[in-house]
Amino acid sequence: MTGSPATSSGRLQRLLALVPYVMSRKVVGLADTAAAFGVTERELVDDLNLLWCVELRSPDPYCPIDLSYEGGEIEVSQAEQMDRPLRLAVDEASALLVALRMLAEVGAGDEGSALSRTIAKLEAAAGEAGAVSSQVAVQVDKIAEQAVLTQLQDALARRRVVHLSYYVPGRDETTERDVDPMRLLVVDGRTYLEGWCRSAEAVRLFRLDRVLGLQVRDLAADVPAEAEPKDVDEGLYRPSPDDLRVEIELAPLGRWVAEYYPCESVDELGDGRLRVRLRTPDSRWVRRLALRLGENGRITRPADLAAQVRSDAAAALAQYD
Amino acid sequence: MSRRKTERLLGLVVCLLSSERYLTALQIRAAVPGYPESFEAFKRMFERDKEELRELGIPLETGSNSAADEELGYRIPRQAYVLPEIRLEPDEAAVLSLAARVWRQAELAGAAAGALLKLRAAGVDAEETRQPGIEPRLAGEAAFGPLWEAVRDRRPVTFAYRAAGRSEPQQRRLEPWGVVNRHGRWYVAGHDTDRDAVRVFRLSRIMGAVRFTGPAGSVTVPDGTDVRETVREWDTDPPPQQTAVLRVRQGAGHGIRRYARSVQPAGDGWDLVDARYSDVGWFAEYLAWFGPAVVAVEPADLREAVIRQLKGALA
Repeated sequence: MTGSPATSSGRLQRLLALVPYVMSRKVVGLADTAAAFGVTERELVDDLNLLWCVELRSPDPYCPIDLSYEGGEIEVSQAEQMDRPLRLAVDEASALLVALRMLAEVGAGDEGSALSRTIAKLEAAAGEAGAVSSQVAVQVDKIAEQAVLTQLQDALARRRVVHLSYYVPGRDETTERDVDPMRLLVVDGRTYLEGWCRSAEAVRLFRLDRVLGLQVRDLAADVPAEAEPKDVDEGLYRPSPDDLRVEIELAPLGRWVAEYYPCESVDELGDGRLRVRLRTPDSRWVRRLALRLGENGRITRPADLAAQVRSDAAAALAQYD
Repeated sequence: MSRRKTERLLGLVVCLLSSERYLTALQIRAAVPGYPESFEAFKRMFERDKEELRELGIPLETGSNSAADEELGYRIPRQAYVLPEIRLEPDEAAVLSLAARVWRQAELAGAAAGALLKLRAAGVDAEETRQPGIEPRLAGEAAFGPLWEAVRDRRPVTFAYRAAGRSEPQQRRLEPWGVVNRHGRWYVAGHDTDRDAVRVFRLSRIMGAVRFTGPAGSVTVPDGTDVRETVREWDTDPPPQQTAVLRVRQGAGHGIRRYARSVQPAGDGWDLVDARYSDVGWFAEYLAWFGPAVVAVEPADLREAVIRQLKGALA
């Protein structure tokens, strides 16, 4: 794996990129450059000093790199053969090409074919390093609700409130709500709307395949200042302290639960059995999960939830009498 | 990496890039400051340095300047070193920065950042713009890193794999052809050496470490292989053949109604729903999710399976 600029050999990579970065822009500010490289100004100055100090002693001693950063402006006056960045490594070319092709599949941001142009240019620049990227592919769920997506993009562009009829599987109910749209996300193959839910008075993610109806209202969207977009990189689901903690024991045929839902802990119990602990804001969801698992899963904690599952099962069985 | 080592490696790169001729180890030691006096110590350090540069993707060439030259030398051909010219329009740079953010905390996130750095160094202005488009994110998985390396370097691997519903993992041997993310889940496809057949594995079911079992370049991906298609075929359910009649409480059972062939009111707040399914066991589990709001009317085996399922939850 190619290290990120934060790892040990990362500094050398950064130094090799720094000189061409400055040269391609003639003159750049210290602050801007530090921001672009994700380092502090102090670290950047240390990098520049290091570059300036490079010397070769033979056949005649000389310093190949000459630069200055007086008055907060960096300028490189001499750089020998260091004036261009190193070509892309296989990992680097693949990371971008796979991501670009995924974007193309989502249909994101391809107004005026910017994506296909970028992919072609990057493939050309990467050369051989780009070839392996075809062995990694990301297939995104086709959004059946193309009409919903188009309406949402329109609402985002015009900053309009949307009214959603939204299905909540845990309750097996359709809910009605007004949402101030913030952005569209594709996480792990599923498309979501992130927005300020006026009924919950909180930021919520809505899976597009659960939107049963949508109207763009003639009402200006007004996302409150306190509405923070979720840091989806930390995972879509983050438990709150109020959430119910549930412990389930799973038979081998119930192991899929650990793959499908984020668990706080997963312990092997032998013979393929698992104990998982998860947190949920909605106990109804867990009760349904227990019915679906049948004999392949058993809620061991809390006890009252286990009792509720038994009464749910009894109520459902009564329909068959 | 210490500052001294960084300085030495930087000097080494500049030295080898600036020379058209192959430089011998001794010429390099004379030119680049920071190597030890003892020849043995120098040799060891120089070997490690060469390795480190190659790991960074720096094309370090070995050769001699003429047939008469006994001793091998080194150089970095500029042609092979430099990133070719790349000019991006503002809209292209915008999608590029969007692409660089796709890999969230995943193995290739660092690689994407490294690539963006080099492209910026080539003069591309990829600023982080927040445009009202769609932002995709991709997560990795523990086994993704080693499997991607194996695919990249064409190396066979072995790992413990727990197939769905099996109680014990089995050791599998695979010549991996590619890694595919489908519906948000990662799969690896390739040639299963023990079964001598094409197989697809889900990364989340790989238990423990993935180990390499052969050298780089020892796996051949057959011509015309489309790993995406291989995984799609493997993952596609057979079309539903069976028909069921269900009673579904009005306002409930959205998932069932959505794929129903027909829905008719049956009075007393209930609908009669005509649904299709392919596997009776799977469908019975699915129907149990809805609890008392859904009742399987026919066929009899489905009805029995749902009752068994609910009794299982009751026990």
